[in-house]
Amino acid sequence: MKVELEADKCVASGQCVLAAMDVFDQDDEGIAVLLDEQPADEHLDGVREAVAICPAAAIRLVDQ
Amino acid sequence: MRRIVVVGASAAGLAAAETLRREGYDGTLTLVGDEPLAPYDRPPLSKQLLSGEWEPERLALRTPGDLAGLDLDLRLGVAAAGLRLADRTVELADGSTVPYDGLILATGVRPRRLPGAGGHVLRTLDDAMRLRDRLTPGKRLVVVGAGFLGAEAAAVAWRLGCEVTLLEPAPVPLAHAVGSEVGEVLTRAHLDRGVDLRCGVTVTEVTGNGVRLADGELVEADEVLIAIGSVPNTDWLAAGGLTVGDGVVCDEYCEAARNVYAAGDVARWYNPLFGLPMRIEHRTNAAEQGMAAARNLLHPDARKSFAPVPYFWSDQYDMKIQAYGYLRGHDEVAVVEGELAEGRFVAAYRRGEKVTGALAVGMPPKAIRQWRQAIATGADWDGAAVPSHSRAEAVPGGAPA
Ligand SMILES: Cc1cc2nc3c(=O)[nH]c(=O)nc-3n(C[C@H](O)[C@H](O)[C@H](O)COP(=O)(O)OP(=O)(O)OC[C@H]3O[C@@H](n4cnc5c(N)ncnc54)[C@H](O)[C@@H]3O)c2cc1C
Ligand code: SF4
Repeated sequence: MKVELEADKCVASGQCVLAAMDVFDQDDEGIAVLLDEQPADEHLDGVREAVAICPAAAIRLVDQ
Repeated sequence: MRRIVVVGASAAGLAAAETLRREGYDGTLTLVGDEPLAPYDRPPLSKQLLSGEWEPERLALRTPGDLAGLDLDLRLGVAAAGLRLADRTVELADGSTVPYDGLILATGVRPRRLPGAGGHVLRTLDDAMRLRDRLTPGKRLVVVGAGFLGAEAAAVAWRLGCEVTLLEPAPVPLAHAVGSEVGEVLTRAHLDRGVDLRCGVTVTEVTGNGVRLADGELVEADEVLIAIGSVPNTDWLAAGGLTVGDGVVCDEYCEAARNVYAAGDVARWYNPLFGLPMRIEHRTNAAEQGMAAARNLLHPDARKSFAPVPYFWSDQYDMKIQAYGYLRGHDEVAVVEGELAEGRFVAAYRRGEKVTGALAVGMPPKAIRQWRQAIATGADWDGAAVPSHSRAEAVPGGAPA
């Protein structure tokens, strides 16, 4: 599974960081940064939570 | 549970539907929405869509493929018209009925209007496209209401070269929500740019060529935007047997009646973190509450109370405003980082003995995180490292000074 982030949609809410700290971080402006495009299985639940909760619909999890 | 119906096909309803599937529900899942469009996002309506930076396609909340994957019985462009609680049936406006074992209500809110003809509101994609077509350079726009929505639209219209007048009944915009000192800082952004902000004025009517004020004055305009708050979409539930009062009244689990839950802008639930019933019109809450309602409906033996720290953001001019917690009815506001005068600060809010809110403008996420944490853990104000020199104001009961 691969994570896709549309950074120009991000509104800097930080919800993704709360949901999956190993996969997302925020830069100084608050814009989300993808730390790991292909997270290990143990992080996938957190990523799915981030996809669901992101208020900007900026994150997707896609099959490869 | 073999039949679940979700009414309202936007942020909260979609989050509920997705959560049901993610948690393994494989029965019939009906999603009813009165708008003809697939679920789309509203916050960009007053920002990137209104300014013309984004086209409507960018607002889609999910791709057609993602939606198809949910295997929905999708009923778009048809309103739910009635609820028969005893029969566990939802009646639709096209005359059909949908039976349910579980029901999630996510019908949101609609804008309040003013007497008189014409005037725009800003809630749907249609609303936003119509207004955007009119905001050409030199147009005179009057915005009624300087809340977050009106302020964002004013900022965009100013950037598009319109002549903007912003009318607000309160002495300081947003003071009831954020306190008067912070309200003044946010207000200055309009004044600095030459937006004609007039506070303490009441609009009584929209006329063909502007708006009429309570004192009889006519403020002329080419276009009028009414941004004076909203009303929960509960009319269709009136005879349904649910308790409705400024929203669908729910308990701390978001349950309104047995196996009937509500989520998003329409839900008035009891938030145990603050010990208060609340109804929150924030985008993040819609998703979080949709998820929480879906989980509680699906797992009645493992229900969790819904006790979030509400989160809200707003973009105006070059300001990014972020707020955590529950700011209304605060007893005290303190600037805990940065300077109000510089427009870069974090303000913390006290209600009783607790830290209950934080609002930041132009600050990095790390500066705000500890305050979010303080709210989430119900930290005591005195223990939360509020520097004593920083107490910007003490407003008894949070009333505007
Ligand atoms: C212009 C604008 C800007 C915003 N900006 C921000 C922001 O910057 N930050 C922020 O946090 N929040 C913002 N918000 C608020 C945020 O968009 C809402 O909190 C969120 O959309 C609520 O989602 P919801 O699903 O609960 O309700 P809604 O989005 O209102 O969706 C409810 C849906 O149900 C439908 N419906 C209603 N009645 C019926 C019925 N009887 N039968 C079937 N369907 C029905 C409605 O048509 C609608 O499609 C903004 C809102 C607007 C309008
Ligand atoms: S949750 Fe979404 S909007 Fe918030 S920081 Fe992450 S990507 Fe950005």
